[in-house]
Amino acid sequence: MSYEELARMVLKGDRRSIARAITLIENNHPKTQQMMSQLYRHGGNAHIIGVTGPGGCGKSTLVGKLVKEFRHKNKTVGVIAVDPSSPFTGGAFLGDRIRMQELSADEGVFIRSMATRNNLGGLARATKDAVCVLDASGKDVIIVETVGAGQSEVDIIKVAHTILVVLAPGLGDEIQAIKAGIMEIGDIFVVNKADRENADRAVIDIRTMLEMNSGKQEWKPVVVKTIAIEGKGVSQLVEKIEEHRKYLEKGAFASKRREQVETEFFEVLRQKIEESFLNDLKKKREFDKILEKILAREVDPYTAAENVIAKKLKNNKD
Amino acid sequence: MNQERKIRVLIAKPGLDSHDRGAKIVARALRDAGMEVIYTGLRQTPEQIVETALQEDVDVIGLSILSGAHTTLFPRIMELIKEKGLNDVLVFAGGIIPEEDVPEMKKIGIKEIFGPGTPTETLVKYVKENVKKKI
Repeated sequence: MSYEELARMVLKGDRRSIARAITLIENNHPKTQQMMSQLYRHGGNAHIIGVTGPGGCGKSTLVGKLVKEFRHKNKTVGVIAVDPSSPFTGGAFLGDRIRMQELSADEGVFIRSMATRNNLGGLARATKDAVCVLDASGKDVIIVETVGAGQSEVDIIKVAHTILVVLAPGLGDEIQAIKAGIMEIGDIFVVNKADRENADRAVIDIRTMLEMNSGKQEWKPVVVKTIAIEGKGVSQLVEKIEEHRKYLEKGAFASKRREQVETEFFEVLRQKIEESFLNDLKKKREFDKILEKILAREVDPYTAAENVIAKKLKNNKD
Repeated sequence: MNQERKIRVLIAKPGLDSHDRGAKIVARALRDAGMEVIYTGLRQTPEQIVETALQEDVDVIGLSILSGAHTTLFPRIMELIKEKGLNDVLVFAGGIIPEEDVPEMKKIGIKEIFGPGTPTETLVKYVKENVKKKI
């Protein structure tokens, strides 16, 4: 199948083609870019929800129940569930689907498990483009579940419109709650496993933390209690998600998208520049020569880098 | 750009048996061999398994069964695989499958059957050598 054809089938919502397109992205296939440039124009319609939080707090189970709730509202849903790759073998065990079993026979749902392939930040390198594929395929809602995130895995802010930070009782006191990082990115905080002891304590700690925030934000993050495994609190959670979407639609969407596009463009630009320089250097084996010089301390890395740039710019002019 | 290819495997438990230690050991061994392994969890219907394989775009499906229902479940799975056009997926099976059923299972498209006691190295080697190269 040609890549134009594949893109066309994705736009029609063909499930096999969606799956194949995501594989191309994950494998960094040379034709990915052509395919993406066709799909990109058709995206921008889905509501993208990020679900993050520490491992074992119930993210996957909650995502499964959220999908069901959105399906009751007749929305089509895409899910990207990210799990870590082994830094030693590169292998991965992707187990998020186990908590979403009842959904695999529903044609309005598309779930894809994704390994980080050693990308840091809580997502895989391919996650953003995979979201773009699901978006172009016409899904109304796309849920991105991050790896079990500790404190600084906050890449989800580059992808999602609405972010759920999921916690469970007993994970730590109010000192944990005022730390920087993941606790700053939530639009909605979910205290899952709320039937456990200290659930109300966790809610209070999070609320206290939120009250310390400066009063400038228009959206005041909310705290919702759920017992995902029993489905309790999930419809209230979806109400809050809808409220956040309505708030975004009143104006904040535009600025959020602009920020995300800016970050993305900057990252792509940097990557392209890097590739273009490295390809040149490696083709002419200059890379090794420069390394030798630096090793022999004939030149420092900064001067060497500036020389490479100056030389390339000069060549481009000629 | 560097092209990176990873073998993606679905380990599936069709039918009603509730023991998955074997399936998990296989999943773990393939993971440690550098593959990306998706596990379905217990008690899956053929429809669920094949749909999962399609969405996850796997190269390999490993079916684990101990209940004796392979003679009904496996043909249905193979039928769905053909129906959905997943012809390039390598399918192997493991668990309790009597010797006399093996020819029939191979006839419907299960490429290999591994019984109890198979060393995990054998399995890893088999998958690496027999996975079909997609795009």
